[in-house]
Parts: sequence; structure tokens; C-alpha cells
Amino acid sequence: MSTPAAHGQSQNRTVKWINDRLPIFTFADHFQDYPAPRNLNYWWNFGSLAGLVLMIMIATGIVLAMHYTPNSELAFDSVERIMRDVNYGWLLRYVHMNGASMFFIVVYIHIFRGFYFGSYKSPREVLWWLGVVILLLMMATAFMGYVLPWGQMSFWGAKVITNLFSAIPLVGTTITEWLWGGFTVGNPTLNRFFSLHYLLPFVILGVVVLHIWALHTVKSNNPLGVEMKGPQDSIPFHPYYTVKDYFGVGVFLLVFAAIVFFFPNFLGEPDNYIPADPLKTPPHIVPEWYFLPYYAILRSFTQDWWFFQIVFSWWGVSAKLAGVLAMFASILVLFVLPWLDTSKVRSGRFRPMFKWAILVFLLDCLLLGYLGAKPAAEPWVSISQWATLYYFVHFLVILPILSRIETPKPLPHSIAEAVLKGGGGAAAGATAKPMEKA
Amino acid sequence: MATSGKSETARPAAAHHEGGSRRDFIFLAGGAVGAFAVGAAVWPLIDSLNPAADTLAEATTEVDLNPIKEGQAVTVKWRGSPVFIRHRSKAVAEKAQSVPLADLRDPETDEQRFGAWPREQWLVVVGVCTHLGCIPLGQNPSDNRGEYGGWFCPCHGSQFDTSGRIRKGPAPTNLPVPPYTITKDNKLIIGQEQEKKPTA
Repeated sequence: MSTPAAHGQSQNRTVKWINDRLPIFTFADHFQDYPAPRNLNYWWNFGSLAGLVLMIMIATGIVLAMHYTPNSELAFDSVERIMRDVNYGWLLRYVHMNGASMFFIVVYIHIFRGFYFGSYKSPREVLWWLGVVILLLMMATAFMGYVLPWGQMSFWGAKVITNLFSAIPLVGTTITEWLWGGFTVGNPTLNRFFSLHYLLPFVILGVVVLHIWALHTVKSNNPLGVEMKGPQDSIPFHPYYTVKDYFGVGVFLLVFAAIVFFFPNFLGEPDNYIPADPLKTPPHIVPEWYFLPYYAILRSFTQDWWFFQIVFSWWGVSAKLAGVLAMFASILVLFVLPWLDTSKVRSGRFRPMFKWAILVFLLDCLLLGYLGAKPAAEPWVSISQWATLYYFVHFLVILPILSRIETPKPLPHSIAEAVLKGGGGAAAGATAKPMEKA
Repeated sequence: MATSGKSETARPAAAHHEGGSRRDFIFLAGGAVGAFAVGAAVWPLIDSLNPAADTLAEATTEVDLNPIKEGQAVTVKWRGSPVFIRHRSKAVAEKAQSVPLADLRDPETDEQRFGAWPREQWLVVVGVCTHLGCIPLGQNPSDNRGEYGGWFCPCHGSQFDTSGRIRKGPAPTNLPVPPYTITKDNKLIIGQEQEKKPTA
């Protein structure tokens, strides 16, 4: 598979001397040698975009930390100083702040790509797990980062989320006081969140390395969901997909720059420009947009909901604890997804029923996101209860049943066959697209 | 234990049948000591995150109750959280006392919470919603006090009555009553348990 330009075989004496002691040039050749399916479409750009955003976040974050003061008396003012006085501070902060949103947009698309094309199925379960771990780490990092400016939403977001742990029976209070380092969210909390907010991105980086390692072991899935069977099905990652990724990066940066320069506060909450006040809760607390669906699930558990009363109430679980458990379960269910969807066919293109199920599920997630931003009043509460129920029914009921009763369309024998014919069954138009690039 | 491969440490198989060799014992004992040492080394790191001594020292707050007129509400800060104080009229207190326990999610009589007259005229509760920690509205006369005349939490809609007890919404328990003392000269000390609760 190696190309003539492979550095690992270089006759340059310095290169060879180093490579014999640390095979870093052989490692670099991997980019050229790594075989990728020849039919990857633009949905496959979002993994490398996520990696790019992680780099942007780490770079801007390191510099911002040089100007920021993690003290409850000084934090808010130090952020304002970054905005007003530090050279390009406004740019660094707006990039970092909106970068978090871009990270979640990219990762959510990446996840739904995985849903639709069955990228979680054998042999990619561990690859999928590592992705879910990255998502959880991202959520923790984003949450703690949002607390650092110490505005009203920072403070009350931190208060509400750390209070989730008080729902744990018996040890709840002990755990929350341990998390806070006091009797409520305060300076000790801010300090430790700053420390962890700096640490976790590097943990994410480590898991990303494992994620890519697992990817390169089992290779990329593709829009047909048929494994590569030989050299006719693949092309080298470099230059074919590096160049395709670069194009995606260009489009992505246009969108990112438009937000940073023209609507930098569009995704934020105005209340976070009010300094934190421990004695006054803002009238309407909302998390950042990327947490809204989970927040809607959390809030949908009320004492008088029939589902809660049937399933949880009788064994002594409070509505609060049930809401917290459901919120965590909404992510943890992803770990067992490979065993809930038992259909052998990966790609949604060949699954006439699954295709609709995943579309309805996407709409349900968007609906939950919309409801998470609404006040806790009717009719929003009842609608979020049904939407929450559907979220879990999709995973625990619809997918297992659908996998059994659905008759998939015939799969192409190989990627090459489908691509060179210009169509994979009914999805002719869609498969033709990657050919233009290949 | 993989001892059989090395000739100098090879032992008769019988030693294993008698419940493990000396090497097994050393392995287990060493492992136990090692685990203890790791635990002992990690514990200071974990415990350092608990409230520090200076945080614990901010344990009491004093309030002069004399200027607070009947019907007035005052909010003070105790351990970084708000404490709601309300000067209740006899009618309001009696109404709170007359609620049947069966109507309550977290059954507690008003008397169990605040004692008997004249102590009961002072309602003292930690003003942090027991759901997820927001500060309920109801201390200002213009606030929404909910259906039960106490407090209304704006975050997730919990409603508390004039005794600070949960009546509606997601909160699982009543607003907690902090330990407090009312001295003879009408001074309220929050964070210190009354020696003996006066009874009627």
C-alpha cells in the first residue's frame, strides 16, 4: 500500500537515524497508507472538524487562562477586562465561547451520522463507546467552563446541576458539600471548576487518540455500510480525504467566523453579563442550547405524571431522583445501542423502516431541545413528558422490534460495484455524489 | 501462582493444595498493604475538597428581630445561602397549623417546625428550593407566592405554603428549618440550636 514518497523508507541518513530509534516517520506514513472507503460523503467530514475545534479550544483556552482570575470576587471583572482591555481578548473569548457551541453542533452531527449509517455496529462498538465517553467529558468540560465567568447564569447553572447529586439517597448532601467545598456554590467551587476545566480537554485529547486508534483498527464505516473487501474499495486517506476535509474546514470556518464576528452573543444568555448573586435566582434559568434536550428530560419528571407514578413512585424514588436518573440514562443508553439495534444491515439507506424511525427520533430530540428552553408550565410539561417517553421508547422498544420485523433492501456486493455502477439500489443519487470527489 | 516454570522456585504441587504457598500469602498481604497505602495517600486529596475550616467557621448569623413588623419578610445570608424570615400573624400561623398531615408530601406539623406561640410567629427557613437549589420567590410583597401563600420557585414551579412546606411541583421535601435560637432580647441566632424549645 505504501506510496513512493513514504518517509519510513527514506535513504536520508538523518531521517533514517531518527526513524530507527523512534519510528515517527513510519508513523507519519500511516496517513498516506491508511485505506479509506472510496465512497465517503460529506457526513464523514465531522470527525476531523471536531478534532479541529478541540485544537482551537485548547489554543484559545490556554491563552485565556493567562488573563483570567479564578476567584469569586474577581472572576467576572477579569472576564470583562479580557473583553475590553486585553489585546484581542474579545476575539479570543468570543472564539472560545462560541467554539463550545460549534464543538457540540459538529459532534451532534457526527453522532447522528453514526446513528443513520449504523457506525456503532460490530466491529465498531468500542470505537462508539469511546465516542460516548468523549461526549460525556465534553459535557462536563463545557459545563464547568460556563461557570467560570461567574455571571448569574454561571452561578445558577452550577447550583442547579450540582444539586442534581443531592437527589442521591442518604449521601446526597455529603456529596454536594464535597463538590462545592462549602454549603453552597462559592469560591472553592469556582477554583476547582477552573482546575478541572483546564484538565479535562487534555483527557479528551487522550480519549480522542484512543478513538482514532480504534478507528484505524476497524477502519471507517461508509454510506453503504458494506465493509471494504479489497483495494478496489478503498483510496488512500491522503491526499483524497485530507483535501476533502480541507474543503469542509473552509465551509465550517466561514460559519464559525460569521457567528464570532457578527452574532457573538446570539447563542448565549444576556443574564450571564450580570455578576453572580447568590441571593437572587434569575426568573428564567436555562442551560446552554446544547444541554436543553437533557434539561427537558430532567424536568419532565413531576410527582403527578402517570408514568412516574406507575414506574418509580411505588418503590420510593422521588420525582427529583427519577428525573436525574432519566437524564443520565439518556446518554448512558448509547453505550448499549449496538445491542439494541440488532439488524445486521448498517446503513439506513437499505432499511426502509429504520430510516423513518431515526428521522422521528431526530425530530423528538429537536422538540426536547425546544421544550428545554420553555418555562416549567403547561402545555410544555405534558409535551416534554411524551417527548421524553418517546426518546427512551425509540431505543428500548422501537429499535429492537424494528430490527426483527424489518426486511432490508438487498445490499450491493461491494463498495466498488455500487460506486462504479453509479448507484446502490434506491439511493442512486446519494451514492453518485461521492464519486465526483473520488 | 506461576511458580512451576522457574526451577529455583518450583515447589511440590501439594503446597498449593494445602491452601496456597507462602508466595501467595506474601502476594496477598503485599497487595493489601499496597491498597491501604494508595488509599491513605489518595484520601488527603479527596478530603481537601470538603469544606475547609474557615468555611465551617462561618457557621452562625445574628439578626435583630425587633424592627421586623408583623407581616414583614426579611432575607439574611447564612453559610452563603439565603434564610427566609417571616413575622407571621397569629391567624397565618394558625392556618399553617391547621393543615391536615394527609395533605402534605413531606408530613411535618407547623409546631414541629417552629414550636409554639410566641416562637411560632417567627418563621425561619433556608430559602433554597429542595428541588435543585434555586431561590424561591415570595419575600417581596409583589412576588408570586404560589397557590399556598408561601413561596413559588421560578425554576421548576415548586410551591410552598406559609410554613415553608412543599405542596406542589417537583421538590421532594419541605424548606428546611435551620438550627436557630431566639434570645430573650429578641435576637435570632441562626446556626445555633435552642437549648430548650419554649412550649405554650
